[in-house]
Amino acid sequence: MVVFLGLPLAIYLVFVISPFVQAMYYSLTSWSGFNDKMPFVGFDNYVKLFHDDIFMLSVRNSIILAIFLPVITVILSLVLATLVTIGGSSRGQIKGLKGSGFYRIVSFFPYVIPAVVIGIIWAQIYDPSSGLLNGILTGIGFDGLKSYPWLGDPRTAMIASMVVIVWGFVGFYMILFIAAIKGIPAETFEAARIDGAGRFRTATTITIPLIRDNIQTAYVYMGILALDAFVYMSVLNSTGGPANSTLVMSQKLFTTAFSKSQFGLACAMGVVLAAITLLFSALVFLVNRITGGKQDVSE
Amino acid sequence: MSLKLSKKTPAVHGHVERKSQETKGDKVVAGVSHTMLGLWSLMVLIPLLWTLMSSFKTTSEIFASPFSLPKVWQFKNYVSAWNTAGIGLYFFNTVIVVGFALVIVMVLGSMCAYVLARYVFPGHRIIYYLMLAGLTFPIFLAIVPLFFILKNMGLLNTLPGLIIVYVAFALPFTVFFLFSFFKALPGEIAEAAQIDGAGEWRTFFQVMLPMAKPGLASVAIFNFLGLWNQYLIPVAINTDPQKKVLSQGIAAFAGQQGYAVDFGSLFAASVIVVVPVLIAYIIFQRQLQGSVSAGTMK
Repeated sequence: MVVFLGLPLAIYLVFVISPFVQAMYYSLTSWSGFNDKMPFVGFDNYVKLFHDDIFMLSVRNSIILAIFLPVITVILSLVLATLVTIGGSSRGQIKGLKGSGFYRIVSFFPYVIPAVVIGIIWAQIYDPSSGLLNGILTGIGFDGLKSYPWLGDPRTAMIASMVVIVWGFVGFYMILFIAAIKGIPAETFEAARIDGAGRFRTATTITIPLIRDNIQTAYVYMGILALDAFVYMSVLNSTGGPANSTLVMSQKLFTTAFSKSQFGLACAMGVVLAAITLLFSALVFLVNRITGGKQDVSE
Repeated sequence: MSLKLSKKTPAVHGHVERKSQETKGDKVVAGVSHTMLGLWSLMVLIPLLWTLMSSFKTTSEIFASPFSLPKVWQFKNYVSAWNTAGIGLYFFNTVIVVGFALVIVMVLGSMCAYVLARYVFPGHRIIYYLMLAGLTFPIFLAIVPLFFILKNMGLLNTLPGLIIVYVAFALPFTVFFLFSFFKALPGEIAEAAQIDGAGEWRTFFQVMLPMAKPGLASVAIFNFLGLWNQYLIPVAINTDPQKKVLSQGIAAFAGQQGYAVDFGSLFAASVIVVVPVLIAYIIFQRQLQGSVSAGTMK
């Protein structure tokens, strides 16, 4: 039994937990990584970070992602999941939309594609001259957008990047919500129908309250992902985009550590990122609790 | 919109009509639903099909028009992506790393989850919270110290180093998911096995583990996707060009495209990376969609 628990736990402690703890200590030093000297500097790194305009910009960009990505992804996937599950006949047995298997399989595709490849494909789609997007747009008459650099203009770079991430995750959450909705007993829907509730009413007052926990989980996961966003952002715009408009904390941390060797400072960024992540999760739980997440809808 | 129509009570004469009829409102709703879902499916499919088509074009054809079909289907794009761009080597590295990591994490994770689910001992809750921490804290917090831990162990830029880190970071998810699975298995069976003389190892591997097969399959699929797509860990701790995995290899390939332009091969490389995962998905999609639902039951 000791081996059963001990071996996995040892690996976990050495490679996951101990780095977390060490990072918190390193964040208080001005360590460069090349020698054993780790001058203790207290909270200097944090002070430095809050006076670093580019880092604060990256914090802002990360927070923008954490605000918009979960909302957009969850709403879009919830709408699609609702269409699949209650688009069926209003007579007889409660049924989903006919022939929706195809949509479910296709929608899930982006989730199985490596994030790097999603980034590469979309960088090509956004390409000003030979990209698919401008090809389609000029094809239908928007000639003004000919060779418009979607990722190269500070006004659109962030939005264009968000579209990519949403594209990558809507299908996954759609499948998750479909599964959750199917877990609701059919009697509940039948009762609602007998009481005269139409589809829209059923969706807003029965389905959504009943899968509230799933929505909360999805929201938190998507937020954590948005605060990371490293792969997408660094593949779409490796240097942080025009005027740093798509630079996120994770990218800044990575270059600070592995290009500039300011390991103490990078660890401080990691701590800030972790704090924001925890704060985000706590906020979502709190809002859900305040707005009545634990109320029993069947009452 | 269907509200009014569905309120109309169907005429019942003697027997109840069991067969569902489509009302006009139903047809409208179905039409709207199909349109919206169809549009989304197109949004998903068009970029992928475009990538596939472009992978057979020459670079000048790609620049000429995003829509034109290739004049001659350039299968040599795939050859050059596989050989010149090193995708073949990266593919091989990825298969080794993900293969080993997957097997190891499944074995260790299920052992750990089994013990946690079956026995109560001091420190039980601490382990639980440690695993939770591993799931919520961003990996970025760990990445710098991790780099030096591997360096000190001499595991930096080695495939075994990458494998063990993959195992460690996939562990909390594996344990969490399987924990609820083992919890649901009847403990009497393990007791029966022990009374029949099976030791701890035998009870676990021959009796309990086979019973958890559906859960194991789901976790294995998710771990496979997660590890196959992993990017940050290899980019940080595995920078030897000979040992790159697919995700970082193709990112590097795309990065130098700005200078040495061979977009046909870049598209071909993307197809090579996507196709195995997509095939695995289509084969296992029932299992995978089932496991998404299992994951939400927690």
